Amino acid sequence: MNLLVIFISAVLINNFVFYYFLGLCPYLGVSRKLGPSISMGMAVTFVLSLTAVASWIINHWILLPYGLDYLQIVSFILVIAALVQLVEMFIRKVSPPLYQAMGIYLPLITTNCVIMGLALLAALKNYNFIETVVFGVSAGIGFTLAIVLMAAIREQLDLADVPRPLRGAGIALITAGIISLAFMGFSGIIK
Amino acid sequence: MAEKTRKQEFFKGLWGENPITRQLLGLCSVLAVSNAVINGLAMGLAVTFVLIFSSLIVSLIRKIVPNQVRIASFIVIIATFVTIADRTLAAYFPHLSKAMGPYVPLIVVNCIILGRAEAFASKNKVSRSVIDALGMSGGYFLTILLMGLIRELLGNRTILGYPILGKWFSPWVVMLLPPGAFIMLGLIIAISNVIDFKIKERQKRV
Repeated sequence: MNLLVIFISAVLINNFVFYYFLGLCPYLGVSRKLGPSISMGMAVTFVLSLTAVASWIINHWILLPYGLDYLQIVSFILVIAALVQLVEMFIRKVSPPLYQAMGIYLPLITTNCVIMGLALLAALKNYNFIETVVFGVSAGIGFTLAIVLMAAIREQLDLADVPRPLRGAGIALITAGIISLAFMGFSGIIK
Repeated sequence: MAEKTRKQEFFKGLWGENPITRQLLGLCSVLAVSNAVINGLAMGLAVTFVLIFSSLIVSLIRKIVPNQVRIASFIVIIATFVTIADRTLAAYFPHLSKAMGPYVPLIVVNCIILGRAEAFASKNKVSRSVIDALGMSGGYFLTILLMGLIRELLGNRTILGYPILGKWFSPWVVMLLPPGAFIMLGLIIAISNVIDFKIKERQKRV
């Protein structure tokens, strides 16, 4: 039951994009077309799940037992950077088509606040191992949902006559605000 | 590109290349912690601190670090200063630190800082890098402060906790919630675009 709560809250209610404002750079940057945004969503979900595992192990087996939690920031960012690098090399070797599809997004993900945010939030909320993994996967699904919705709307927006000063970032942010407003409707699901 | 004077180097961060309204970097923290002026102030100061010192160090060691490992070393430098800022806040202002949640540690992945380290500090002299960092963090600071002022005033009728608007004004609670942040930033960017168009038109006429 608890896991279901974590899942629903990370996908719909406390969506990483609309509630925590994490990952806005790729969210605004890659959401122009539907295809790339789906690849981006997949890449983020994949890295998020791995990060959830790695950060939990680092945090609970190394940092906390030795009282090193002040090193959280440095060690998380290094682990994430190394992990993304490894994943990139692995995918390039094993599956070139997959690399073609999401390869260019992987390096971008390193400095993506979603990943770091997940590691920090999971540590902050004191989730156990299973909860952290569920949190990571559902955060990724939430991000994918958000970016795909946004891309679908922006494809339509290209055809609309948007006032000149609002074009680009302005209208994208306001659209995000309206989607976020709609997502607030979900907040009653879990008390 | 022609060499800029130091004054231009400073002011480009405030307006022409403002990290938030022009470059759209580091939006997460601006949106997340601008729900009250005091949070915005603290965030602005933290980013300023980290940006200036990491630019300083990156620029100092720019000739020693091999090209292949530069990003990794920039990240470690930035993470060190972020840890200092985070621990200081937690020690002296525990309430504030709690209110800002994970967003202070998240400065480490804030694109503004790595962006400036990579695009500017790693290629320029120390003094110039510090001026650039000052300008960029000034631009960040002003934008987050503006967001904080508007959102706290409209959402809570107060500024820094002091009541400004009377009872006649019913607060727009949505301003304190995530949608308010998105829409407000969108409008701020639009307004700054309008001003920019006006300036460019005037320059064309002259």
